[in-house]
Amino acid sequence: MFEYAPAPESRSVVELDSSYGLFIDGAFEAAKDGATFKTVNPATEEVLAEVATAGPEDVDRAVAAARHAYGAWSALPGAERAKYLFRIARIIQERSRELAVLESLDNGKPIKESRDVDLPLVAAHFFYYAGWADKLPYAGFGPDPKPIGVAAQVIPWNFPLLMLAWKVAPALATGNTVVLKPAETTPLSALFFADVCRQAELPPGVVNIVTGAGDTGAYLVAHPDVDKVAFTGSTEVGREIARTVAGTGKRLTLELGGKAANIVFDDAPLDQAVEGIVNGIFFNQGHVCCAGSRLLVQENIAEELLASLKRRMDTLRVGDPLDKNTDIGAINSAAQLARITELSEIGAAEGAERWSPACQLPERGFWFAPTIFTGVTQAHRIAREEIFGPVLSVLTFRTPAEAVEKANNTPYGLSAGIWSEKGSRILAVADKLRAGVVWANTFNKFDPASPFGGYKESGYGREGGRHGLEAYLA
Amino acid sequence: MPKSSKAVAVAENARLTVRKTYKLYIGGKFPRSESGRTYLVDGDNVALASRKDARDAVVAARAAQSGWAGATAYNRGQVLYRVAEMVEARRAEFTALGVPAGELDAAVDRWVWYAGWSDKIAQVAGGANPVAGPFFNISAPEPTGVVAVVAPAGLLGLVSVIAPAVVTGNTTVVLAADPQIAITLAEVLATSDVPGGVVNILTGRYAETAPWLAAHADVNALDLTGVEHAELAAELERAAAGTLKRVIRPPDGGIDLSADPGLKPMTALLETKTVWHPKGY
Repeated sequence: MFEYAPAPESRSVVELDSSYGLFIDGAFEAAKDGATFKTVNPATEEVLAEVATAGPEDVDRAVAAARHAYGAWSALPGAERAKYLFRIARIIQERSRELAVLESLDNGKPIKESRDVDLPLVAAHFFYYAGWADKLPYAGFGPDPKPIGVAAQVIPWNFPLLMLAWKVAPALATGNTVVLKPAETTPLSALFFADVCRQAELPPGVVNIVTGAGDTGAYLVAHPDVDKVAFTGSTEVGREIARTVAGTGKRLTLELGGKAANIVFDDAPLDQAVEGIVNGIFFNQGHVCCAGSRLLVQENIAEELLASLKRRMDTLRVGDPLDKNTDIGAINSAAQLARITELSEIGAAEGAERWSPACQLPERGFWFAPTIFTGVTQAHRIAREEIFGPVLSVLTFRTPAEAVEKANNTPYGLSAGIWSEKGSRILAVADKLRAGVVWANTFNKFDPASPFGGYKESGYGREGGRHGLEAYLA
Repeated sequence: MPKSSKAVAVAENARLTVRKTYKLYIGGKFPRSESGRTYLVDGDNVALASRKDARDAVVAARAAQSGWAGATAYNRGQVLYRVAEMVEARRAEFTALGVPAGELDAAVDRWVWYAGWSDKIAQVAGGANPVAGPFFNISAPEPTGVVAVVAPAGLLGLVSVIAPAVVTGNTTVVLAADPQIAITLAEVLATSDVPGGVVNILTGRYAETAPWLAAHADVNALDLTGVEHAELAAELERAAAGTLKRVIRPPDGGIDLSADPGLKPMTALLETKTVWHPKGY
């Protein structure tokens, strides 16, 4: 393996305040009771800033601000709403380096991913939905589609700003106003986004950001003056939210966990498949709901493929997220690291064979070496439960029918991958997979024009594309 | 530094204005007419395009077409949005040319409207087809190719025929009605990341150049929106029939520029491509 000199991105492009308030009605303010929490850099455990914890009264004010802003915002001609969103898209493009570094600081993801994946997709998402704002009658949801009202949006920590974009852009384009709660371990990019809204001169109250932990989110989604709830996160919390919303008449979309099968047939181009497997599970430290966490490989090529995969994994660079050479950054939090560690220990205890490349992990911060388990059966917990980390379970199959059977043998249904040179096989297998996104000879591809979302217990509703408008139209 | 009104007056008297030369816009450059001809419009000597200029413009449009169509829809949308930004920035210049404020607003907003269509038209005009058999079958729109356009008057008229053609990946040869406005728009396009040759603008008498474009074998579609005489329009349509060009006829009673343009200005310049692929293990 080649030695690489460090190529650190400068963190001086981000100016952090020591503390941040809630963004309500166009202004930053402290929580009513003054409560705060700390957000840390998971790569160093350094405290980045103190952030306000929104209590019930704060959420009430945020919802009231969104309600107040709703009348004028929803009455604006679509072409005018569009221009606000185009402005936001442009400002994000202009500030993308700053926001990419901020995202890597707060989240731990490699700068090459925040710079080349997250930020370009964030800007593109706003650009895409900006264009829909004045074209809603053409979207196929009736001649005069109407917004729903105030949307409560709760997003996860794995792609903080991208998940914000997926929530906020379609909501605003369709004329809704929002109260958004970012995850408690990654609140900063949402607060910087509040500043982007101010730069764009977005009317106060159209976007409100309340920071806090699970309690804040639970109070927000249960709020009686919220008309629409959108959540991305774990299936467990999604279930809880569905129970809360049941009987209230609120609209609900959920984008939850996954345990995607990445199916490699014996006619697949192996080198390409290995790249896809690595990208599928190690992209963003495996903190990806659609990660290809179950590798289903045809038995007759399993040995060759695994040898090649291990060789490739030997070259992965784990470490400083701000180093432009880094492939795998920090695990987002101590709690997540504990969960990955626990499930991996269970995997070994249940009889699967564990392997990681030799790699030096930094002493401070939260780290987990890329790991694969072979000899995994469908009964093993590491084959059934979402680990949400850089851990791959490898299973084998003999026939396409068996591959489909095993791929679908999960309560989840978010995504899947198929590797084969035979087009007809790809399409036939794709037809049989119970998953919302199927990647063929590629993996983890995202585009604002392409709908994303799950079957079964991976949630309901789609984000992205023309389909993504439906969740925000009455 | 604040100037006294007297000083300004002296400066105005002392300094001679540098005038702009209005030339053609072909392949991203601003050449004079190869014919060497000009004609007088509002005190400016404006290039009078010839048959040869029209043919050169077709060559430039054809050369640019595959690259422009091959750019991602997202990229084309960004470029069109950039055009809107640049038109907005040149308000003063368009105003000085007599474009009313309301028309300027509408022209900027129309660029923005079409910019947004770049990555949406396929989802509205295309889709999966549920054929009765084990086949993947999908239809998607593709640009027709090179479009010759007789543009209606005014900035909004120009924008309303250029933007729907180029947003989907067509390239154009535009015969403009108002030379100064059209060439000022060309200067906008030249500074907006629109690749050279995507929009080519000819000033002059369209009755002279349009017949050559209507019969040109390397032009795929003909937009006659700006043709005022029904008889000439019919003649051009007949000439276009020789190569089975797609023809947009002039709307009855002229184009209503204030109406929602709808999809037709785009779909009239699109082909539908349907792909079949078998499914089976």
